Amino acid sequence: MTLLVGAFTMGLVLSLLALGVLISFRILTFRDLTVDGSITLGGSMAAILIVNGVNPWLATAAACLAGAAAGATTGVLATRCGINGLLAGILVMTALYSVNLRVMGRANLPLPEHTIVEQAASLASPGASWSIGRWDLPVQDVLVDVTMAGIIALVGAAMYAFFRTNLGLAMRAVGDNEQMIRALGVDTGWMTTFGLALSNALVALAGALLVQYQGFADVQMGIGMVVWGFASVIIGESLVGSRQVGLLIVGAVMGSILFRLLVAIALRWGLNANDLKLVTALFVFAALVLPNVLGKLQAQRSRKL
Amino acid sequence: MSWENYKHKGPGNCKDGRPRLNFMLNIHDIAKTFHPGTANEVRALQGVDLTIDDGSFVIVIGTNGSGKSTLLNAVAGSFLVDRGRIELRGRDVTRWPEHRRAQLIGRVFQNPFAGTAPSMTVAENLAMAGKRGQVRGLGRALSSSMKATFHDDIRHMGLGLEGRLDNAIGSLSGGQRQSITLLMATLRKPDLLLLDEHTAALDPKSADQVIRLTDEVIRRDRLTTLMVTHSMHQAAHLGDRLIMMVRGRVLHDIRGVEKQRLTPEDLLARFEEVRRAELLDETAAEMLRRQYV
Repeated sequence: MTLLVGAFTMGLVLSLLALGVLISFRILTFRDLTVDGSITLGGSMAAILIVNGVNPWLATAAACLAGAAAGATTGVLATRCGINGLLAGILVMTALYSVNLRVMGRANLPLPEHTIVEQAASLASPGASWSIGRWDLPVQDVLVDVTMAGIIALVGAAMYAFFRTNLGLAMRAVGDNEQMIRALGVDTGWMTTFGLALSNALVALAGALLVQYQGFADVQMGIGMVVWGFASVIIGESLVGSRQVGLLIVGAVMGSILFRLLVAIALRWGLNANDLKLVTALFVFAALVLPNVLGKLQAQRSRKL
Repeated sequence: MSWENYKHKGPGNCKDGRPRLNFMLNIHDIAKTFHPGTANEVRALQGVDLTIDDGSFVIVIGTNGSGKSTLLNAVAGSFLVDRGRIELRGRDVTRWPEHRRAQLIGRVFQNPFAGTAPSMTVAENLAMAGKRGQVRGLGRALSSSMKATFHDDIRHMGLGLEGRLDNAIGSLSGGQRQSITLLMATLRKPDLLLLDEHTAALDPKSADQVIRLTDEVIRRDRLTTLMVTHSMHQAAHLGDRLIMMVRGRVLHDIRGVEKQRLTPEDLLARFEEVRRAELLDETAAEMLRRQYV
């Protein structure tokens, strides 16, 4: 049970990563690899500020801004300097590795007590628990989850509202039909840069909350995170079965949680933790390729008929 | 050529012969070469002069590769020209990027999928078009009163699409999408409407429908229009002026009564002339090659 609660909370926190990836990967159709670096940037910024006694909410907000700057850098490289989008992301991600080490001053930084997570947990006494059937649910864990869910609900609602504004509509159109929206007067380069800034701000937010949840920041924590994000978004899409923005947002959150739970169960059944990234990559590979293969099979079948 | 004509005959000249601002579009000696200095070098525009009156509906025809689509794209700003000047409503837009020119220009493309965002709804597409060239802020994109207006606009087109405002536009047929694109291009009255063979990819029935709508909206709003077409029928029956392009230049410029009398057969005859002239050029070149190489 503790295992599942932990996985659920991780899924919740990382659903912000999934929402960030949703913006770049699905809305802008930009394969943004900055994510691996910007989630660590968010984590290390939040960590160093909290260690130095800054209010954890302020530290988290600062982490978001740093993530936005990282995303905007990728956007400028890709749209103004004419560098391939994948390469621009890799460049910024690589640069961020050094930046993150500079920010933290070392590779691993434990966090003190005064974090958002501890604040939420301290509302209940450490031993308190609710029993549901034969399971005991620690109240502190519930409080942490409720706080995280609250943050995600706010972010999700803000995203939903944003994508229904004039600016948000234009951003969606950049990913849907770039030529069309340029002919309607939108500077698509600027819009892409703005979208990547938003996306990486959310990713950094996920990083900031993640380090506060796990109690430390690590310079390696971002490796493979972008693939986790892809996996969550893809699972979410199949869960909601729609490309409507509101449902995509809900789907990404659900996908992130479900994926974490599945992983926790797989680990429990004996999956070697070292193989996790391989399995994740294979899963995303299958999810990207299978629809094409199935489509071809279907086309062949209909040709025979 | 057209510039000189206007100096003498044009209705709106100042005393010193310079045009007044009732010219909507003024193109002066523009040229564009793609892939210069390579084996794929294409000299798409080789010095085009063109002046278009406010409210004029100009048909552009020409053989394949004559530069007619390139001309439209040069005006729209899809690329910057190598030399020359483009003025729209008296403003020099030669160096303006494409998205900035969109303030003044509405466009419909040849590919019916190019003008709309497929995964967004019909209403959302129209809402975006309603903001063409304007600052897009955090205001709500769609209100119920806007939807009501769009509903009426679409009903007036008579295509039976008014019930599909909330459907993804990708679920519509090519002809329906092209009709919506036309509505989008003209939702905010553009200073210049650019139609780039916008019926070429449609079946004959849809093409007729889109042409009917095109003619209606251009007449109703007195839109200054540049329309490229392959159809001799459209070229002969639409518009009040016709230019024929050959090899990146304007070869014929037909207007007024002469344009009104023009038949598809006349146009085919002119194409035949061009073809003969080009054949002649080729045989002459071949002869020279044999003699000197």
